[in-house]
Amino acid sequence: MIVALSIFLITIGSIAFHFWSPWWWTEVASNWGNMDDTILLTFWITGAVFVAICFFVAYCVWKYSYKKERRAEYKPEDKKLESRLTWATAIGVAALLAPGLVVWNQYVTVPENAYKVEVFAYQWGWKYRLPGEDNILGKTDIKYISDENPFGLILEDPNGKDDLLVDEQELHVLKDRPIKFELRTIDVLHNFYVPQFRGKMDMVPGIVTYYWLTPTRVGDFEVLCAEYCGTGHYAMRGRVIVDEEKDYKKWEAKQITFEKMLAKSQNNDNLQLVKKDK
Amino acid sequence: MSDEQDHKLEAKSDYVADASSVSTPDIDAVPEAELPDQELYHSHSWWTTYVFSQDAKYIGIQYALTAIGTGLLGLVLSWLMRIQLAFPGLGWLEPSSYYQFVTMHGMIMVVYLLTALFLGGFGNLLIPLMCGARDMAFPYVNMLSYWAFVVAVIVLLASFFVPGGPTGAGWTLYPPQAITAGTPGYNGGIILMLISLILFVAGFTMGGLNYIITVLQLRARGMTLMRMPLTIWGIFTATVLAMFAFPALLVGCLMMTLDSLLGTSFFMPAMVSLGEKLTHEGGSPILFQHLFWFFGHPEVYIVALPAFGIVSDLLSVHSRKTIFGYRMMVWAIVGIGALSFFVWAHHMYVSGMNPWFGFFFATTTLIIAVPTAIKVYNWILTLWRGNIQLSLPMLFSLGFIVTFLNGGLTGLFLGNVTVDVPLSDTYFVVAHFHMVMGIAPILVIFGAIYHWYPLITGRMMNETLGKIHFWITFLGSYAIYFPMHYQGFVGVPRRYFEIYDSPYIDTSTLLLNKFITIAVLIVGAAQLLFLYNLFASARLGKKSEKNPWKANSLEWQTPQMPPEHGNWGKELPKVYRWPYDFSVPGAKEDYIPQNQPPSEIIGAKVEKT
Repeated sequence: MIVALSIFLITIGSIAFHFWSPWWWTEVASNWGNMDDTILLTFWITGAVFVAICFFVAYCVWKYSYKKERRAEYKPEDKKLESRLTWATAIGVAALLAPGLVVWNQYVTVPENAYKVEVFAYQWGWKYRLPGEDNILGKTDIKYISDENPFGLILEDPNGKDDLLVDEQELHVLKDRPIKFELRTIDVLHNFYVPQFRGKMDMVPGIVTYYWLTPTRVGDFEVLCAEYCGTGHYAMRGRVIVDEEKDYKKWEAKQITFEKMLAKSQNNDNLQLVKKDK
Repeated sequence: MSDEQDHKLEAKSDYVADASSVSTPDIDAVPEAELPDQELYHSHSWWTTYVFSQDAKYIGIQYALTAIGTGLLGLVLSWLMRIQLAFPGLGWLEPSSYYQFVTMHGMIMVVYLLTALFLGGFGNLLIPLMCGARDMAFPYVNMLSYWAFVVAVIVLLASFFVPGGPTGAGWTLYPPQAITAGTPGYNGGIILMLISLILFVAGFTMGGLNYIITVLQLRARGMTLMRMPLTIWGIFTATVLAMFAFPALLVGCLMMTLDSLLGTSFFMPAMVSLGEKLTHEGGSPILFQHLFWFFGHPEVYIVALPAFGIVSDLLSVHSRKTIFGYRMMVWAIVGIGALSFFVWAHHMYVSGMNPWFGFFFATTTLIIAVPTAIKVYNWILTLWRGNIQLSLPMLFSLGFIVTFLNGGLTGLFLGNVTVDVPLSDTYFVVAHFHMVMGIAPILVIFGAIYHWYPLITGRMMNETLGKIHFWITFLGSYAIYFPMHYQGFVGVPRRYFEIYDSPYIDTSTLLLNKFITIAVLIVGAAQLLFLYNLFASARLGKKSEKNPWKANSLEWQTPQMPPEHGNWGKELPKVYRWPYDFSVPGAKEDYIPQNQPPSEIIGAKVEKT
């Protein structure tokens, strides 16, 4: 009796917790609200199965608890029942899978007009590179990374000259413009994760990975690293700010191009030379 | 059960009837033995009896105790981590020790506790007894297997004492961070971890070959494959999986050892480590992930399949009812085992591998849900119209059904590639895998220990202590892991040493962390009760009668209980039926042991098996 009752109460308690506990996802700030929808669909289907099976177990334990004089039913198989249950499960699983695959197809298909931004991860922080006026990110190679060239841009590639280098742990993005994050790391695995955006992808040294989204809500969001990357993993956080056009333009204007940065560091070198001469 | 089997049996009895020209066919006929009786090693000294034992039963107990001892360390590590998470103000741990404890906890629990306990422990104890053999096929190799495991554990524990401490790379040991400077234990601890795993695989291979060959070659006369207890089917299939899966881990470990010690670049691309350019180039970190998960996913089933098998037997015995749909259960075990080699990359949806793989692996992963669901249905249909005894093994089995159901269903979230994107690397994952491959199998282990304890010691464990242990463990661990899923929805990432200044995380989430930690401490402490019961009952427990649960399978039918060396006295048992003939109409008792000849139970309406 107690056992049946507690299985019953656990089930009721789980449902109650689901509907009335304060812990739920953050308000979505990108076009991936349909990921939330697939989660909700999964909740309804699996939740129904969970409740049905738990109630069935509780009922059996209550109804068929041991009596010395009673015998259990002797029925090794029931082919009809087994095949019905198998088909019902297969249909339920297909109902979960199909919408999932549709959304995944959208997730891995980047729209052509997406604005490209490089996310540059290192132990333990973030930098960003914007493509500049030509809308093309210049090529890079890890062997060119130095104090003067922190992103390792290839100097011969003209497309890199106007790239905007953002080295302040803070990225601004424009609301309603599709954006493709090109994810790059120079050391270990990282993952560029903003809970409100829902998207995620590991960053792997040696290759450039990506995902895309369209920010849909103005706001100031925290960036977290979602792939373990060593002792400083928990502290590897930054900010992404979704702006309306006016604020975005203002921020963009403040960023400097690679070309200017190179010139500046050369000037610094010259100044130092001058100082030394003195 | 199988039609083919029926046909063979009928043919056999006809033949016997003709040959002996007796009017009634010999209903007690069993096939002739195909191999001569096994010659056993007999120990002569205390050392060869109790330490370097070659008796599978002893080796099983040795395996189990070593695994439980190591598991206790894993438990203590989980306490330390949880205290840090709930009460960061105490300054209890450094980030580096937190990550080291996370890593060691994970690896210990998955490999050195669960795998060793299910296969090394229950495999050794139960395979010869349940199959009706005298011992494993190769007792000496079996002994070596255990001692290789001991050495592996010693090497693992030694990593706590090397400079830099144990590795803090996470139990998945992903390179490059596992062997580069930003991770604790990157040059000492990790090497010992890799060597320990290599030793474990070597030792396990010796044991595994034994389990497979014993099941295939040394079954008693009449014990057809489709008459084996599901426990044996589970352990057997899991061992076959291990034989295919562990080599992937082995080569992964070897290659990473070479990368770290000799400067090769299997997994290491050109990279800058904390401002310093390394000499590696051209390697692929994702290659390691493929190798790791090609082992890692079957590993989940290496733990789960024995649990599935054991819980089927416990449910059947303690509800006095035939297991429902035995043939489906066997095919589900085999099918899950085979499919488990085609789903590994569902751990890697957001790993940066070609995203188009997602379609394939999401589909295979959701297909595997079907045989798994069938198993759940058949467990609960075994309870239906049964005669359910709420003994300790039954309580733990019921606990298993609830937790496994919960953990299995959340697997449908993570396996479905799109749903995985927001949830991966959050506490939802932590909650899911602890529920499904932590709590659920451990509840089965407890049930199995309460069930088979009399077989080992000849005494029963204390029922009251056992009940207290059950309620705290079951309710407590549900209270730990059910709410933890919701932290994952909020977006709390896993493997975070602390996250207390994040704008999007409500203070109530932190309160939940405290609640979980308190539950962890209580559940952990309740295990001391179990340990006391385990050791004290060997002396103080009520003496058990022979076959205390009135079970049918062979391990309870030995001439002596507990069984002696060689298990079966002079003559090996003969098997006439499957182990699930409970509550057969027309039979005097509500159970018919597998070795009871049909001539002794005339009138019982047994279906042919």
